[in-house]
Amino acid sequence: MFKSSPYMNPYVAGVCLGLVLLAAFVIMGRGLGASGAITSVVAVGVNAVSPSHAQGSAFYREYLPENKNPLKDWLVVEVAGLVIGGFISGLFSRRIKLTVDKGANASNRQRLLLAFFGGIIMGFGSKLARGCTSGQALTGGALLSVGSWVFMLAVFASAYAFAFFFRKEWN
Amino acid sequence: MAPLFQYGFFDNDASLLIALIIGIAFGFILEQAGFGSATKLAAQFYGRDLTVFKVMFTAIITALLGMFWLGWAGVLDLSRVYILPTYLVPQLAGGIIFGIGFVMGGYCPGTCCVAATTGKMDGWIHFLGMIAGIALFGEIFPLLEPFYSSSSMGQVTLDAYFSVPYGVAVFAVVVIALAGFVVAERVERKLNSIPVAEK
Repeated sequence: MFKSSPYMNPYVAGVCLGLVLLAAFVIMGRGLGASGAITSVVAVGVNAVSPSHAQGSAFYREYLPENKNPLKDWLVVEVAGLVIGGFISGLFSRRIKLTVDKGANASNRQRLLLAFFGGIIMGFGSKLARGCTSGQALTGGALLSVGSWVFMLAVFASAYAFAFFFRKEWN
Repeated sequence: MAPLFQYGFFDNDASLLIALIIGIAFGFILEQAGFGSATKLAAQFYGRDLTVFKVMFTAIITALLGMFWLGWAGVLDLSRVYILPTYLVPQLAGGIIFGIGFVMGGYCPGTCCVAATTGKMDGWIHFLGMIAGIALFGEIFPLLEPFYSSSSMGQVTLDAYFSVPYGVAVFAVVVIALAGFVVAERVERKLNSIPVAEK
């Protein structure tokens, strides 16, 4: 068995991440994102099942441009890159492993159930906030957007406030 | 002059290639930082490992200072960088809901993709949950729309909101972040010195 490499120093990783974000600003005039691309996938899925339903919704329509493939979108391609980059990094540092990541005392079933419901809550929240940790907290944070800072502080405050209830999942 | 795309240095197809390259770099760094692991991310909220805070705020001040200097040097036209508009109350509510999902599910939207691609089953399940949550939002959107569009403030930045010069706001954020790093290092040292003795 090969031993996986240690993680990068957080401040070094932060500077690297900041430079990628800065590159996006300088080259494209826009920042990074994640939840928007996942919404495009949802909108395309709904449109495939029921085009009339998707076209009748102001929410889905925004992610379904008329004259082009909705998946040929900057954010969707960026997230496709994110998936590839994460995999390359995992290979590089020997961290690709089929596993369930959880605290030592949590069961797989409990962890997967909470991952699913946590995902539902997060997906919903990201839409209400018009973005996630990438598009709002990181990008909007660096652009000093008022709404992004309110979002970021709310995320941290809320996660700390509710951490007590999920302590058994992570211990 | 930058942003290069806004000044017509390349076309839309080339911009997608750039999206791919930037995305690969983004995913690579997230994984290297340890953000493909839910236990590492969630540890932030128990004070044991404040990597999330450190990486995020280092990234924010790096990009912020880069923007400030490139703008000052006249290389980057800051007014051409797209800022998401603020809808104060829905963003506050969305952040609170998002935070619950974060400590419950262990990932955020970007990091769950990195987790999934490195083999974490919980990352895959979290991703499916997010698909369901976004679809749920989409299905009840007509009900939510009045709230979703409420407290609209337009594209407003902290310096404009507090009526201070841009440079002052940048300086304040950098100072707060640096102070935060000092506190974070102390908290980690303090909390981690106890469990070691118990092991």
